[in-house]
Amino acid sequence: MNTVPYKMIGKDVSVYYGEKRALFDVNLDIRENTVTALIGPSGCGKSTFLRTLNRMNDTIENCRVTGKITLDEDDIYDPSIDVVELRARVGMVFQKPNPFPKSIYENVSYGPRIHGLARTKAEFDEVVETSLQKAGLWNEVKDRLHEPGTGLSGGQQQRLCIARAVAVSPEVILMDEPCSALDPIATAKVEELIHELRANFTIVIVTHSMQQAARVSQRTAMFHLGNLVEENDTDKMFTNPDDQRTQDYIMGRFG
Amino acid sequence: MTHAHITSAFDEELKYLTRRISEMGGLAEQMVADSVRALVNSDLALAQKVISDDAILDDAERQIGEKAIVTIAKRQPMASDLREIMGSIRIAADLERVGDLGKNTAKRVIAVAGSGIPRKLARGLEHLAELALVQLKEVLDVYASRSPEKANSIRERDEEIDAIYTSLFRELLTYMMEDPRNITPCTHLLFCAKNIERIGDHATNIAETIYYMATGAQPQGERPKDDTTSTLGSVID
Repeated sequence: MNTVPYKMIGKDVSVYYGEKRALFDVNLDIRENTVTALIGPSGCGKSTFLRTLNRMNDTIENCRVTGKITLDEDDIYDPSIDVVELRARVGMVFQKPNPFPKSIYENVSYGPRIHGLARTKAEFDEVVETSLQKAGLWNEVKDRLHEPGTGLSGGQQQRLCIARAVAVSPEVILMDEPCSALDPIATAKVEELIHELRANFTIVIVTHSMQQAARVSQRTAMFHLGNLVEENDTDKMFTNPDDQRTQDYIMGRFG
Repeated sequence: MTHAHITSAFDEELKYLTRRISEMGGLAEQMVADSVRALVNSDLALAQKVISDDAILDDAERQIGEKAIVTIAKRQPMASDLREIMGSIRIAADLERVGDLGKNTAKRVIAVAGSGIPRKLARGLEHLAELALVQLKEVLDVYASRSPEKANSIRERDEEIDAIYTSLFRELLTYMMEDPRNITPCTHLLFCAKNIERIGDHATNIAETIYYMATGAQPQGERPKDDTTSTLGSVID
């Protein structure tokens, strides 16, 4: 595990919402082709940290980020960085499936279109098919690509959102509680998908389910009150964590 | 320092396992002590009691196993909670085996009763049993305290039991060579000695399990061994 190169490096990352400080000098490195789970109680800063990785915090007024985050060698907060291009490299899947109110086909082809990744009909057809394949949705939707994405079940919608994220060939995929609105079967399919996506992408996932973190990730980072308290191999984290706060949290004990 | 669970029913389930293990431990101790007493005093009634007590221990192990399975399914325990439950299953299995060994000794009481046991041999067996019982008692105390240091020190003491067992083994062989009529009772006694020696091994297993429950790591190093009976024949020849 320790020889895996780092895809993203977070150094002394702090986030302020106005006067309120939400993250305190977090140093967390994200390994390539690895699933990193961010866990911790509500308000601990895990989602805030996740959003710093593709500058989603930029959209929040009064939000200020200090410290340094690099993607490969690039400082993603450098003024010369094109945020739209950054978000193509670092994609995101949200808690609630949020397909565009358009057809399944257009949901997936939208990203490649605005980023100019496909031009001809054949190219679009191909990127739509391979993205839906990667998201494990192709067989379920191939005969109704022109029906609205919003007509799919919750689990299918979430996989459509993953297909949409995958379509622009990102390097990193951020997932903010991607299964919290899904039933156990849909959750299992998404987890299986995460497992497969890991071969080609670097994944960072925020989850409130300890079992999910234990199942899908190789590395786990535990946040508490805006601090990173422990980062460890997932196997170690859930059988014998080093930090008392991690121990109490994952075992459901009073902290 | 560990806090209570947010779900108090989970704490109750863990407490149930701890309580049942302690009960099993107490009964196993009693059975071992009774079986050796029955043997040296040729007390058939006591032997019979040990044999029937074993069923209680078997039931307890099954109940602990079932409760552990249900708790895992319901709570999906993590970290030390998970180790606690897995440890309970293993310790219950070791204690159940201790009960079996006591029962086996008790069954041999009838066979040995007719010929009587030479005083010297009886003393040796009693001494071996004392040591095994001290180990069992101490390991059960460590189970209550969860001290990894004490668990490790118990593990290191199994050597003493092995050494005494080896000397009993020699002694029994000598008796058998002196008079072939000794062969039947001495063979039974040899099995009894072996039973008691195995109890020490189970106590050591339990100590290792407790160490793992407390620390999440396996105890380091080989366990010390002084049981050389597997090569003894060549020495006698």
